[in-house]
Amino acid sequence: MRKTSLDTVYEIAKKNKKVIFLGSDLGFKTLDDMRVRLPKNFLMEGICEQNLIGMSAGLAMEGYIPYINTIGTFLTRRCYEQIFLDICLHNLPVRLIGNGGGLVYAPLGPTHLSVEDFAILRPIPNMTIISPCDAIEMKKIMLQTELFPGPIYIRVARGGDKIITSKETNVKIGKAVELIKPIEAVFITTGTTTQIALDAINLLNSNNSKIGLVHLHTVKPLDTTYLKNLFNSTKLAVIVEEHSVIGGLGSAILEFINDNRIENVRIKRIGIPDKFVEKYGTQETLLKYLKIDRDNLIEEMKKLLKGN
Amino acid sequence: MESQENKIKSLRRSIIDMIKVRKGGHLGPALSLVEILYVLYEHILNFNPKNPSWKKRDRLIFSKGHGCLALYAILAEKKFIKKSDLKTFCEPNSILGGHPEKNKIPGVEASTGSLGHGLPIGVGMSLAAKLNKEKHKIFVILGDGEMNEGSNWEALMTASKHKLENLTIIIDRNKLQAYGKTEDILSIEPLKAKLESFGSEVKSTDGHDINKLKKILKKTPFKKGRISALICNTTKGKGLNFAENKGEWHHKSNLSEQEIDKMYNFLK
Repeated sequence: MRKTSLDTVYEIAKKNKKVIFLGSDLGFKTLDDMRVRLPKNFLMEGICEQNLIGMSAGLAMEGYIPYINTIGTFLTRRCYEQIFLDICLHNLPVRLIGNGGGLVYAPLGPTHLSVEDFAILRPIPNMTIISPCDAIEMKKIMLQTELFPGPIYIRVARGGDKIITSKETNVKIGKAVELIKPIEAVFITTGTTTQIALDAINLLNSNNSKIGLVHLHTVKPLDTTYLKNLFNSTKLAVIVEEHSVIGGLGSAILEFINDNRIENVRIKRIGIPDKFVEKYGTQETLLKYLKIDRDNLIEEMKKLLKGN
Repeated sequence: MESQENKIKSLRRSIIDMIKVRKGGHLGPALSLVEILYVLYEHILNFNPKNPSWKKRDRLIFSKGHGCLALYAILAEKKFIKKSDLKTFCEPNSILGGHPEKNKIPGVEASTGSLGHGLPIGVGMSLAAKLNKEKHKIFVILGDGEMNEGSNWEALMTASKHKLENLTIIIDRNKLQAYGKTEDILSIEPLKAKLESFGSEVKSTDGHDINKLKKILKKTPFKKGRISALICNTTKGKGLNFAENKGEWHHKSNLSEQEIDKMYNFLK
């Protein structure tokens, strides 16, 4: 999905001269074709994220639509104030494409793990936060970002992620995607945890359960219309995210439930606990270690169904 | 016709008008900027107060947001805002807060107040103008203490890489920051050499000398293909001799009527 996200920027830029790509010292030959064919729309800048955000704000004030790409942690927590003031206070159409969302950079350690990006960006007014689940969805979303008002953060997963949606899946920024209709209970996911939940559901439903799957690619703003309807009929939900349990999708949904006085809903949140991830390995081994894996999802859903 | 000297005094009195409303504010850092802003708005910048977003206008990014009293004074003088707005400074529904906001104040290009933000924004604007082959210029006003912020140096490297000759930075070198002397807190000297080594063409001048400022700022870029940087040697608190070069006048609160009257007396 990473390649798809950048290739789509190139695709949009071919038609819209105001689209400008800014990379922060990205990997060798990233978007090389764009660099050669659209040199005025392609900037490979230095390792200076705070400056890049401010600079993008200046470009956007002059009518450009900047897409900035680098490793997620450097694009969010390193330059938080520039995002807050330069982009969001001015409500500018700057797009932040953050690589390695969640635990993708497991071998690289805590400097590179982007597991609090939703939490730090959610409180910023005007910000839209999106976490696609596969390359097909990424493409549909990226095409919509061209003319979408205001700032957007797009969390990118590892790449080569399993495709679980299809060309027919209806994807619109801000709208929930109901992949499997919930009857007994529901998994609510964002990003590539949708794949894990789908694996869990396949096993659960083959044993006569009727578990649904709802993907919220847009973490902010929440699709409150859909969620209201959902919780009218579905009272058990497991929320899964590759993110700290503090401040992410689970928190957002709990806030929504509380603020709207939705009663008798039982929620279990699965995410990263409030501690630094102290291990290396791979994304898969860390997900398993942190219990964001198929088997734990099945176990937690079973407990919920039993009323525990 | 009102003399230049009287116009400058009048701008300083407008600053006191705002100070009077709140009985305080960032007085010292505004007073050092008055002549610089006067020259820019009187002789250098192209603008249209009736159409503040006129595409061909020159852009002034006021990165040193805490010096905004001086900016508000000149914006009122040039009719971007009403003189009566000045008397609402920091009141709940005022458009004029303790730091300037773009979406509230006509003529303000970027909301500033946290230091080190204006120059990167200015670099983006300058790059946009260059890409669009537009002729307008971009000016960024920075405080000398503000040069402590690393983002400025990142922005200078980037501006130099893109040869943004449409960009001029003006540094209000009043040599004081909030706690004390810039050279004691975090030395920025040798500033000229630093700016040069980051790709700027640098000039220095007396930041209160209108003729010198005018002469220099009329000739930007200082050198083809390079960013222009003007170090303006100024006096913090300029115009009020009891406040000049005094660190405690960086920001004042709870000023008495007598103290405010004393300020007006100096500016008669």
